[in-house]
Amino acid sequence: MDVLITGLLLGGTYALIAMGLNLQYGMARIMNLANGEMLVTGGFVAFWFWTGSQISPLLTVFLVAPAAFALNWLIYVIFLGPLVKRARSRGQLEVDAILTTFGLSFVAVGLMLAFFGGDYFSYSYLSTPIQIFGDTYGANRVAAFVSAVLICGALLLWLARSRAGMTIRAISVAPDSARLVGIDVRRTAALAFALGGAVTATGGALISTFLTLDASTGVIFTLKALVIVIMGGVGDVRGTIVAALLLGLLETFVARMIDPGLTLAAAYLLFVVILLFRPQGLFGRPTT
Amino acid sequence: MTALSSRDWGSLALCAIALIIAACLPLSSGAYNLTIGVTIAMYTVLATSWALFSGPTHYISLATAAFFGVGAYVTGIGIQHLPYWTLLPIAGVIGAVMAALVGLATLRLSGVYFVIFTLGLAEFVRQAITWIQNISGTKGIYVLTQITEAHIYWQLLGLAALVWLLGWLIGRSRLGFALRIIGEDEQVARHSGINTARAKILLFMVPGAVAAITGAILAPRYVYLEPALAFTPMLSFQVVIMALLGGTGRLWGPLVGVIPFTFLWEGISASFPNQTTLLLGVCFLVIVYLLPKGFVGLVDAARRRMRNSEGFA
Repeated sequence: MDVLITGLLLGGTYALIAMGLNLQYGMARIMNLANGEMLVTGGFVAFWFWTGSQISPLLTVFLVAPAAFALNWLIYVIFLGPLVKRARSRGQLEVDAILTTFGLSFVAVGLMLAFFGGDYFSYSYLSTPIQIFGDTYGANRVAAFVSAVLICGALLLWLARSRAGMTIRAISVAPDSARLVGIDVRRTAALAFALGGAVTATGGALISTFLTLDASTGVIFTLKALVIVIMGGVGDVRGTIVAALLLGLLETFVARMIDPGLTLAAAYLLFVVILLFRPQGLFGRPTT
Repeated sequence: MTALSSRDWGSLALCAIALIIAACLPLSSGAYNLTIGVTIAMYTVLATSWALFSGPTHYISLATAAFFGVGAYVTGIGIQHLPYWTLLPIAGVIGAVMAALVGLATLRLSGVYFVIFTLGLAEFVRQAITWIQNISGTKGIYVLTQITEAHIYWQLLGLAALVWLLGWLIGRSRLGFALRIIGEDEQVARHSGINTARAKILLFMVPGAVAAITGAILAPRYVYLEPALAFTPMLSFQVVIMALLGGTGRLWGPLVGVIPFTFLWEGISASFPNQTTLLLGVCFLVIVYLLPKGFVGLVDAARRRMRNSEGFA
């Protein structure tokens, strides 16, 4: 029971991060390997505001999200737009995007190391115990989970109901046909990419309330988010949420029962199983 | 296979002479130059074998560190039980088998899966070995041998020659031809009856084996071996950058990237040790936006321009 709830709490926060990556990879068709650095940046900002002026991370989110949105919009327009324009095939765009976002992620890590140093940073926020079904959990984990659920829910609703959400889904399903019905594919892709960055940075701010981060942990979160997105099915929002909860459970289980040093290894094994048996994702249909 | 032309014999002889000159380095220069020489030789071997696979297929492999680390551990563990010379082939076989397994899991799918999988591989093996060490209570391994820096250098040089020879032979074989078609258009390759997955897996075993052997050769240099050292993820990225910087279109392309990058890296890490990550990032961006075909592409473009201007004159 204890493992189950801790796992679900962790998985909820993972869902938010993976949702950000899914918006970028599934919708905007950019494999963003600098995703984890955006998360760490969000965490850094939350840390800064909390230690500097005691502003709650749950409020910082409202500042982090628009800033990350603007930053990711700029990244898309400056770095990725030209690649989309010059790419002759999907495969070439993928290779270029992978190399570029690797470059950006290293630049981000380098800048963070230069400005903040390589220390771990953590702070204690809401570290009061909460009782659920007779076991105690940190209030910060619960708060992060609740915020993640709220944001995920709002995002799902927006994607399903609003006109802008529909255009984003349209370019994800059929980018060529979307153009025929008058959707500006490049603008919409930029929007999806920027939104994905904002969601990830928000997730970073939330996760920093209970996990210790440092400048170079970004890549681990990128890997986890990628495993979740692929497990859930690229572009499949519902699958992403289920996969994130599964990964949260598995990691908590492995950390408790075997060794806390093996959480990434567990995620990786899960990835292998998915690749071997369901490469199209949990709910995906096999493609020809 | 076609017979060798006199031009082929000429370039072969030229390569042999260049190798012999390179082999004289330990006899004529100091310890610092030899250290740089070993680094260059190591990256040349790694980047060239990387380009053999990734050049024609456009799959970006980040598994170099994983193979390298496994090879280093083969020497580290095996040196107490077996004579040194048997360890290199063992490392090669283990690397090739690992590569084949990775290939079987991912190379049938799109390139992104392969990148992610290889990115996580080194970290996965590192966590697994750390865990085994925690359980068994050992920390690191001492690799104490009589092998000197010069011996390592000569072994790497020999391996480099082997890799070039292999690359040249693959280029002339049916496999090489198949790979060129796959690189141009995988759909076409499949329709003309090429088993694309098999060709890619076979080829991926080459960098796997070579990186493992390189790790096995370099293990004595570390003296004390621990997971964080053997599986440093930076290695994979450095190899990718060097190979792409030089250009993967030609066999000698990676070498052209390795030499300037090694000096740049040494210079930066000597004066600004914290900025190496930033340097890696900037190099990636330079490659994508300014040098998409590497230095080789620059040379080819210059040559074409020269030929054109001659034609019009």
